[in-house]
Amino acid sequence: MIGGRHMSGGTGVIEIAAGVRSGAVTAVSVVEEHLDRIAAGDGEIHAFNTVVRERALAAAAAVDRAVADGRDPGPLAGVPVAVKDNMCTRGIPTTCSSRILEGWRPPYDATVVERLEAAGAVIVGKTNLDEFAMGSSTENSAFGPTRNPVDTTRVPGGSSGGSAAAVAAGFTPLSFGSDTGGSIRQPAALCGVVGVKPTYGAVSRYGLVAFASSLDQIGPLSRTVAESALAYDVIAGHDPRDSTSIDRVLAPVTARLDDGVDGLRVGIIAELSSQDIEGFEPAVVERSHQAADALASAGAKVEEVSIHSTIAGLSAYYMIAPAEASSNLARYDGVRYGLRRAGPNTAAMMRATRTTGFGDEVKRRIMLGTYALSAGYYDAFYGKAQRVRTIMIREFDRVYEDFDVLLTPTSPCVAFPFGAKADPITMYYNDVCTIPCNLTGHPAMSIPFGTGADDLPVGVQIMAPMLGEEDMFRAAAVVERAAIGSEGADR
Amino acid sequence: MSTTTEEIGTEPDLLPGGWEMVIGLEVHAELATATKMFSPARNEFGGEPNTNIHPVCLGLPGTLPVVNRKAIELAIRIGLALNCTVQRSVFARKNYFYPDMPKDYQISQYDEPINVDGHLDLASGAVIGIERAHLEEDTGKSTHVGTSGRIHDAGYSLVDYNRAGVPLIEIVSRPDIRGPEQAKSYVEELRAIVVAIGASDGKMEEGSLRVDANVSVRPAGSDELRTRCEIKNVNSLRSLGRAITYEARRHVSLYEAGDAPRQETRHWDEEEGRTRPGRSKEEAEDYRYFADPDLVPVDPSPEWIEEIRAALPALPKDRRQALVSTGASLPAAAVAVARDLDRLALAAIEAGADPERVLTHVANNLAVEGAGELDPADFADLVKLETGGGLTATQAKQVLAEMVETGRDPATIAAERGFEAMDSGELEALLDGIIADHGDEWQRFVDGDDKTRKKMQGFFTGRVMQATKGQADGRMVNQLLNRKAGG
Repeated sequence: MIGGRHMSGGTGVIEIAAGVRSGAVTAVSVVEEHLDRIAAGDGEIHAFNTVVRERALAAAAAVDRAVADGRDPGPLAGVPVAVKDNMCTRGIPTTCSSRILEGWRPPYDATVVERLEAAGAVIVGKTNLDEFAMGSSTENSAFGPTRNPVDTTRVPGGSSGGSAAAVAAGFTPLSFGSDTGGSIRQPAALCGVVGVKPTYGAVSRYGLVAFASSLDQIGPLSRTVAESALAYDVIAGHDPRDSTSIDRVLAPVTARLDDGVDGLRVGIIAELSSQDIEGFEPAVVERSHQAADALASAGAKVEEVSIHSTIAGLSAYYMIAPAEASSNLARYDGVRYGLRRAGPNTAAMMRATRTTGFGDEVKRRIMLGTYALSAGYYDAFYGKAQRVRTIMIREFDRVYEDFDVLLTPTSPCVAFPFGAKADPITMYYNDVCTIPCNLTGHPAMSIPFGTGADDLPVGVQIMAPMLGEEDMFRAAAVVERAAIGSEGADR
Repeated sequence: MSTTTEEIGTEPDLLPGGWEMVIGLEVHAELATATKMFSPARNEFGGEPNTNIHPVCLGLPGTLPVVNRKAIELAIRIGLALNCTVQRSVFARKNYFYPDMPKDYQISQYDEPINVDGHLDLASGAVIGIERAHLEEDTGKSTHVGTSGRIHDAGYSLVDYNRAGVPLIEIVSRPDIRGPEQAKSYVEELRAIVVAIGASDGKMEEGSLRVDANVSVRPAGSDELRTRCEIKNVNSLRSLGRAITYEARRHVSLYEAGDAPRQETRHWDEEEGRTRPGRSKEEAEDYRYFADPDLVPVDPSPEWIEEIRAALPALPKDRRQALVSTGASLPAAAVAVARDLDRLALAAIEAGADPERVLTHVANNLAVEGAGELDPADFADLVKLETGGGLTATQAKQVLAEMVETGRDPATIAAERGFEAMDSGELEALLDGIIADHGDEWQRFVDGDDKTRKKMQGFFTGRVMQATKGQADGRMVNQLLNRKAGG
């Protein structure tokens, strides 16, 4: 094994919140301990772009005062959390790991941030990402890559690499990422943690700096399924500031977490779970079949199912996401905030600013998206991709008439070394298992399930239909127990 | 703005023989909502720069638009008033870089607008088709600080985002308009409608109503559509008429010289009285429209649409008709409606006042603030006093002005001012005296042709008025003169 291991356990979310709420421990001591771990370890890992030590300690003290006054600070009382640096935090730099947002401090908090703080959580910092969440390795950060705590010569995945690494390294027991094509689930898999992409519209996007608006969704990362379930219950729910937010009361997923999977109908997607697929590591595919076996032994009905459109998902995604991004990222023009490079006139100033401020991958996607939307090309590219998306949604909906959840590997491979996937197409292919759920809007999550090549973590993915989070989480809990049982590990 | 009496059909002499104009108008009206189209910021004209703003209308990273329900309601009102079909609509992004547009795209409606296929009936009887009336957001305003005020050589530019995100309706007519006067009538009628239904304040001078004109020409009587030019920067009705005439003549000269206009956007130069080319073809924008993924389609229920329809106030067309049916002329009715005094006039007429006198006062003596608060019964009493001979026209005008100012009744005001019309005996005695003093003039009145008679009639009326300090009734003087000359 090359490179160090920086995995760490530490107290879990549920224990911390229980301890703080009961007064057995103070939020300040918990937060201080985690800040110290970050100070000691993040020099090497680089999970964080910003750590807000003083602000976090002040927030923790407020939680302790609430406890002292007999008020309940909430279900995440005193829990140190890390949020991806593309979620707005009032007064704290929000960079999207891009030079173009240099110096910008949002004047408002994202809805998710508000909900977390209202539940007693303490934000300790903002985590690194691929610039504007475009990437699968966190190598595209303008501030340098994040290292995988499992093996620091390897990438943590991406784009929420910083959030996955923060949990894997024990810097925080809980973090939040955004998932546009797998950006929570894939780094969770590569770092050996749980990562959840909720149903599109279940969690407010207000305050999440947009990459591709019809695909982006915020979700939690944690060491255990139960922790992510609790976090999901805190952040999910209608927000009138997000027009795409689902306007209905969502049942808490924690309530039925331990109900088991007796009778649950589980489908293994053939197109994404075969040893014969090029680019899929055999051990990874093997693990997802073992997870299916574990569900079957727990009483689930497991069957293989073919979903043909999944194959076209990658191509459709790489038309739709860049198209939306090309429009979403237009506003970074040097006029109002962030970086400005001088030019002889307004157009030249905008050009100089964007040329300097954006990295290569962001520019590549802006160009792809601009092209896909251009007059004369729209129908052949963006229009066709939207039709593929519609077909895919219909096909998944049909499959969900016969199945409650679906199973695939999360990533075709384990964590890879830095620079191993320099070719963009090779990198894009990493998202083949995760992209379908972004296109359909369905929820999906990654659960650590043993190891693959080089003893590196493998994740299995569980997908569910719209608002099928309850079934998804209880299946995940069973898979998690099986993983722990088979390893006898401490995770 | 005055309401014109518009000619029906083509307006002759503006173009050389054999040509006619083909005009379509795009009218942008700011909607009279309390807040902006997608943001909680106030929708208010004026104010210190960058005070009516919010993270959403500044397009700050992470913000999301939320549709203002009131803007939808006002758009539906406009659609219904313009006889449109109100349908499910989708917001799209129109992508182009401009510093006064915070997101560098404008949220607009593209292939699925909220209102389609309507028409507007002009007072002349002409019917102008409405292609669509869709919702969008306004941009901010740039000020270029430099020698010429143009962006090219500005030292620096200032941007005010107070207007950014203000809800706009864009009303696109079909190319059914045939001349500058008809174009002006169309805009006036449209303005009257949006004001009447409370959808917009319709102030062209504040930019809350803006007009772009698509102009082309064709051989008269043909139904072809030739290359059009879009004329922007037209800031008044007068400019609109001038710009259309200039542009149509330019097209005719080009065709008659064996050339043809290019399709382009041109700007009206008010001082020079000509249009100039704007963006060149090479810089033509590809707006890359696509459905805005941050917003969901707007699909108003039939119940809601019917509720809005039921609550619509009477439209200018119906209000004019109501006055015309009392015997008023169409132009007089149009003036009363344009001044929003038609309800007052109608009530006075219903209370027994003479329609012609009522509308004369509305046209000549009530273009003042507070006229709308006049008590219709008092107004009717005034007109009755006047037509009954109790007040002269001049006196009535003075009393009316005081009624508007003080809200008191006409009889009291007239009594205070000592306005008691002379009785006819008194007037006749006075007139006899004047005739006796001016024998030559009287002879010329009696023997003269119509023209001389008219002139002499003016002479004697003037003397009477001089002697009575304007208190005599001019009509009565005329009657007496004619009787005496005849008898």
